[in-house]
Formats: sequence, C-alpha cells, structure tokens
Amino acid sequence: MIMDLLLNTVWPAVKILLTILVVVVPVILGVAYMTLAERKVIAAAQFRHGPNVVGPFGVLQPWADALKLMFKEVILPAGANKVVFFLAPMLTFALAMLAWAVIPITENFAIADINLGLLYLFAISSLGVYGIIMSGWASNSKYPFLGALRSAAQMVSYEVSMGLIIITVVITVGAGGFNLGNIVEAQKGLWFAIPHFPMFVVFFISALAETNRAPFDLPEGESELVAGYFLEYSSMQFALFFLGEYANILLMSAMTVVLFLGGYLSPFGFWFLDDVWMQPIWFVLKTSLIAFVFLWVRATVPRYRYDQLMRLGWKVFLPLSLFWVVLTAGVIVGFGL
Amino acid sequence: MAEIITGLAFYLFAAATIASALMVVTSRNAVHSVLFLILAFFSASALFVLRGAEFVAMILVIVYVGAVAVLFLFVVMMLHVGENRLFQGVKRFGVVGVLVGLAVLAELVLVVTTRAFRPENPAPATNPQPEGVNVTEALGQILYTDYFLLFQMSGLVLLVAMIGAITLTLRSRDGVKRQSIPQQIERSRQEAVALRKVESGKGIG
Repeated sequence: MIMDLLLNTVWPAVKILLTILVVVVPVILGVAYMTLAERKVIAAAQFRHGPNVVGPFGVLQPWADALKLMFKEVILPAGANKVVFFLAPMLTFALAMLAWAVIPITENFAIADINLGLLYLFAISSLGVYGIIMSGWASNSKYPFLGALRSAAQMVSYEVSMGLIIITVVITVGAGGFNLGNIVEAQKGLWFAIPHFPMFVVFFISALAETNRAPFDLPEGESELVAGYFLEYSSMQFALFFLGEYANILLMSAMTVVLFLGGYLSPFGFWFLDDVWMQPIWFVLKTSLIAFVFLWVRATVPRYRYDQLMRLGWKVFLPLSLFWVVLTAGVIVGFGL
Repeated sequence: MAEIITGLAFYLFAAATIASALMVVTSRNAVHSVLFLILAFFSASALFVLRGAEFVAMILVIVYVGAVAVLFLFVVMMLHVGENRLFQGVKRFGVVGVLVGLAVLAELVLVVTTRAFRPENPAPATNPQPEGVNVTEALGQILYTDYFLLFQMSGLVLLVAMIGAITLTLRSRDGVKRQSIPQQIERSRQEAVALRKVESGKGIG
C-alpha cells in the first residue's frame, strides 16, 4: 500500500521537481553570470577591465553582489500599497522562470512538451508587464509610476509585431507549428533565419524593446526617471527584479534561437558534433551568442526618444511583419509547399 | 490518481475564479478590483486547460490578460478613483444592478436547462475535444468554413469601432514640429557642414 503510494504519487512528483531543477538551476546560474558578462562586455567596449577583484577575473563577483543584496535592509516607502508592492517582484521573477517550462533543450527533453508551447510562451511573456505596472503603482511615487506607464505601453506595442512574427513561423512549419519541438525539427537543413531574415532582425529588435533593454530602456532611463519602476525597491526585492529582467533576456535569446536559429540543432552534420548529447551545448552556445548581442547593443547604441520608439513599433515593424505574414502565406500556398 | 489531482486542480481554480470575481465587485480599491479581475481571467483560462481547450485558454490569457486588462489597469490607475466615488452610485443604481444580475442569472439557468424544457434539442456539447483533429484545427475549420461570414463581420465591427475611436480622438494641431526620418537621413555632408577659412580678427561675416 505505502510502497504503491510512493511509487505512483510521490516518485512522479519528485521526478517532476528534479526535471524543473535541471532547467531552473542553470538558468539562475546563467542569470548570475549574465550580470558579470554584461559588465565585462561593456568594460571591453570602453577599454576598461570591468570587475576583476573578487576571485580570478572577477568570476566570484555575482556571488558577492548577491550576498550584499541579501544583507541590505528592506525598505517600504510611506504610502506604498504593501501587498502589491511585495507581490510585484515575486511575480516578475516567477513569470520569468515559468516560461522556461516549454523550451526544448534536446530533441527529447523539455519540462513540458505541450502542443501550444509557442502560445504558452507568448502568453507568459505578455503577463510580464504586470510585475512592472504593479511595482510602479504600488510604490506611490512619481518616477516609478511614469516608468511603469512607459514600459507597459512599450511592451504592448512591440508584442503586436512579435505575435505576427510568431504567426509567420507557425505558417512556415505547418501542421503542429505551435509546438516548439516541431518548430526546431522543421529547421533541419535550413534555419528560419535565412528565409525569414528580415523577421529575424525585427524579432530581435522587438525582443530588445520587450525586455526594456538599451536602446529602448526608456522605462528605466536614469537621466530622466532615476531608475524607473524599481526605484523604490531595495534588498532582495530589487534582486528579484534584477534576476527576472536578466532571466527574461536569456528567455528572449532562447526564443530567438528556437524560432530562427534552429534551437538545439547542430550547425555541422559530421563527427560527434551532430550527436544528441551535443544538443544542449549547441543550444547554450547559440543562446549565449544572442545574449551577447544584447550586451553589445547596449554598449554601442544610444537611447531612443519615446516618440521614435513608438513610431518604430507601430509604423515600421507592424506593417513590415504583417506584410511578411501575407507574403509567407502567399508563397506557401502559391508554390504548394 | 490522475483524476484526483485533476479534480483537486479543478476545485482550486474554480474557487479562485469565484473568489476573485467576488473580490472584483467588493474590493474597496479600484486598482485591486482590476488586479482581481485579471486573476479571475487567469483562473478561468486554467479551467479551460483542465477541460482540454488549450487554444481558447492561451488566447484568453494573451488577449484579455495580456492586452485588454493592461489598458483597463492603465485607465483605472490614471483616474484615481477614491473609495467615496466608487460607492457613490450604489444607492441610486443598486436596484437596476440587481435586476440586471437576476436577468443574466435567469439566462444562464435557461441555457443550461434548455434540454429540460425541450428534450428534442441536442445535449449541450461539453467536450471540446472533437474526434480525430486537435482543438486548434477544429476551431479553425469551424471559424473559416461554417461561420466564415459571421467571423468576417465581427472583424468588421471591430474595425468600425477602431476607426470611430480614432476619429473621436484625432485632432490636428498647428505648429507641431514633426520628425521626418527620411529627410534627416537624406541630408548630405555638403548641406550640413560648411568649411570656412576664418582669418584672425575678422568674423565669418
């Protein structure tokens, strides 16, 4: 009886938890080292050394930062809405982790290999805006509120063209196109970045806007809004926002890789490079490459003005991606592909 | 075992839906109301997932939670509706509200029990999982073949609403300086920069 219960109920639950840990622990580690990579990349772009004191080449810097943040005092601004104030960073972080459930890491491993994985991903990433709005409103302070408004408007705008690009990819894959594994398998031989090159670029730029990264980091534009929506946060609440933001960057990179760069597929079809055990390595390498471009862009491009940002989203990307949807559908139906 | 877990999940999400829906109307803070509305949407979509209608669930989250509710939240946050203002109309409109509620309840009961009154009607379809095809495909087939005209017409209604909203808010102002990016890019070095030899003691003149 007890053996049965253990075997049928407890063991599956433990197995699911272990599977989740297999994905989440590397993601959190990746996020920690993303902060270091950001400082190192920007330092290199500006002919500096970056953090190099804590540990060899500064590799222990993220741990030092985490420890420091943990021992800081939690500050609750006067007149803040307590529950919403503390809920917002948790929501941001939880959503950023939740989305990783459907990302396929090898051809037979994803935490949840669901039919509508792409829609799930899109739904979760469209929820991310709530963490920001809630934090901005609950802080009861002007700068966070303005930052939250900017950020929400920006994310909603760029989501539209992202949705259209996702539709393009789904049309190209055909039946079962919402499953991320199918999308990757459909790219065997030809990654979608080649036929859909303009959309690859548009998607990457939209991802920059969606994660509030430079050159679209107006929500936290420090010269006008001090720090934007998380201005009033300190200690671990701030850390959760920070982790959530970087996890989102990694997620967007992973999404770009899955949609356009062949996910876990190997770029070479010979020797051991094509083996199944190499697939996670290819996936991580490609994701890191895209994440590096995120940092590179931040070190290179000056910030956009807000009206320019809106113009780019609504008047350039939206018509372009809509045109591309029609074109793709036309080509596929017309040539009977 | 799986049935027990599904059942538990159903009661959890159903309770969450009802509780948050109640909080929407009783909450004293308008922003909290909207946040509870979002929670209600979200738990409703979880119920859809449990029933096997994944596509509807995802679309519910993307459209309602991801876009519509954001605009809602925007408006409510900007309005600064105080507690007094929120409950101002309760006495005046309370009766009407209760009547409308009763009417909706009656309609719901009728829809569910139609078969009791007219046994020849087909049983209400509760299973969203059609034979042979997946939910997304089935939805597409129905929307784009059987109900094609209605589908297009509802799209047209939305278009009209959008054009209406734009015409209501669009106003042309004089003296606004607009940025023309093509014009900026077209500027050449010859137009923008002039090299002059300036002798000392004299200006450019």
